[in-house]
Amino acid sequence: MKHYEVEILDAKTREKLCFLDKVEPHATIAEIKNLFTKSQGKSLKDEDVLQKLPVGTTATLYFRDLGAQISWVTVFLTEYTGPLFIYLLFYFRVPFIYGHKYDFTSSRHTVVHLACICHSFHYVKRLLETLFVHRFSHGTMPLRNIFKNCTYYWGFAAWMAYYINHPLYTPPTYGAQQVKLALAIFVICQLGNFSIHMALRDLRPAGSKTRKIPYPTKNPFTWLFLLVSCPNYTYEMGSWIGFAIMTQCLPVALFSLAGFIQMTIWAKGKHRSYLKEFRDYPPLRMPIIPFLL
Amino acid sequence: MGRWTEAAAAGGGASAASSAGPPCTPLPLPASSPGGAATMAFSEEDGSNGGASEASEEREAPGRRRRLGWAATAWLTFYNIAMTAGWLVLAITMVRFYMEKGTHKGLYKSIQKTLKFFQTFALLEIVHCLIGIVPTSVLVAGVQVSSRIFMVWLITHSIKPIQNEESVVLFLVAWTVTEITRYSFYTFSLLNHLPYFIKWARYNFFIILYPVGVAGELLTIYAALPHVKKSGMYSIRLPNKYNISFDYYYFLLITMASYIPLFPQLYFYMLRQRRKVLHGEVIVEKDD
Repeated sequence: MKHYEVEILDAKTREKLCFLDKVEPHATIAEIKNLFTKSQGKSLKDEDVLQKLPVGTTATLYFRDLGAQISWVTVFLTEYTGPLFIYLLFYFRVPFIYGHKYDFTSSRHTVVHLACICHSFHYVKRLLETLFVHRFSHGTMPLRNIFKNCTYYWGFAAWMAYYINHPLYTPPTYGAQQVKLALAIFVICQLGNFSIHMALRDLRPAGSKTRKIPYPTKNPFTWLFLLVSCPNYTYEMGSWIGFAIMTQCLPVALFSLAGFIQMTIWAKGKHRSYLKEFRDYPPLRMPIIPFLL
Repeated sequence: MGRWTEAAAAGGGASAASSAGPPCTPLPLPASSPGGAATMAFSEEDGSNGGASEASEEREAPGRRRRLGWAATAWLTFYNIAMTAGWLVLAITMVRFYMEKGTHKGLYKSIQKTLKFFQTFALLEIVHCLIGIVPTSVLVAGVQVSSRIFMVWLITHSIKPIQNEESVVLFLVAWTVTEITRYSFYTFSLLNHLPYFIKWARYNFFIILYPVGVAGELLTIYAALPHVKKSGMYSIRLPNKYNISFDYYYFLLITMASYIPLFPQLYFYMLRQRRKVLHGEVIVEKDD
């Protein structure tokens, strides 16, 4: 059977967009459009095998310049080290932040010291997870992200730390009770978040990029998988809510809100990909908040 | 092996499936007999059907006409006519005031109710973007309208001493001419009868009006600074039980500084749109 070669050019620039060889003579325009779309559509994966691609004997690969890239690990390490260090500058009341008479003084409120420990612990945990726990799907992200992300993390860290460590800081209205309760919430959610990260890591062997449905394990913290797709985000929210209640600091609450909005967007996206990829995805699960969102 | 390529010809065409990859020019490939040349067309339309806001235009590929329901079209037509009328009334009131009084002092006071009403009503434009009857992004519309609301309510309304500054007249004139042009442009587009001179005005007036408006706004905020500092308005100081502070004076300084990166971006965006719409230039945007 005689096959056609079909060359598709850009209507305006006359640029060669696609070359399809071995097009059947009875192919409809719709089918040709399909072939064109498939050949132009999704990015190829590193693992794809040439033979299995929907091209003829001549494969034309399109190179798309993603622009300057930077590794995920580098971005994470940079964006998390900032808050760790910056918070401590405010905690130790380094000169030129507060009035000179407060330089290197220490707060008389226990909760301020507790807050420093919690905040620092949180970011040290994140750094260690980046180095030893997480298995990334993508190696890199666009370079401009590091500026965006660092501005966000470092900016908010400075803003929160300024008020919590301020000489005029007002401790929580309900005193030690409030602090204890909030601290408990914080610690539980940190443990929960870590448990989820470990469970996700165990889903994927080292060096691979496989994707599987996460399920609850023996660890009770992972039982949240029964109700949400991204319990790591749920626990992260819980940690920051705990920290906000503990410090009774509005900037912390606003930071939690911003984080919540972003994590909800991510959770919904992840939830959608799970649903698309796995036919047997558990129907009870919501993206980030059990039963609600 | 036969070779079948398309020949270019004018005509109508439906667009092909667009790929999920980088901005791919949709290829209109209408069905046609194998023997003849497939026709294709690419109507470069001024697709501002629902009306995009000032400094950002339609994000879709030109030629992809929005299909608005009759209710949306009716509402948007009414909205744009009403806003055109409102800003016209404002303009006429301002002219008459100046003709009668010969001075700009007291001008703001005489038009403030009308200004507040119509400028605040423009908040609806964000809703239009949210529900999708206007192709502009919510963020862009939000920034546009918010900056106007900020000027009207948080500066001229709240800081009475600066209401008689010349700079207020400066931005009021810029806004009035801009809005009358913009809303009538949308109105005519919706009615599918866009006179060329309205399109010309919309894409040329901004060249002067934008910098004039920005100058008026910045000078007004600058004039307001000493009053803000003295009164300590809209500010929260420590200590307080929410452990937050806000200084309106510094906020205004930061706002003024933010004009520096923002204004050129918006201005050059409009210039690019102008070249595309008025001169039919094909501008290839940098792939992000």
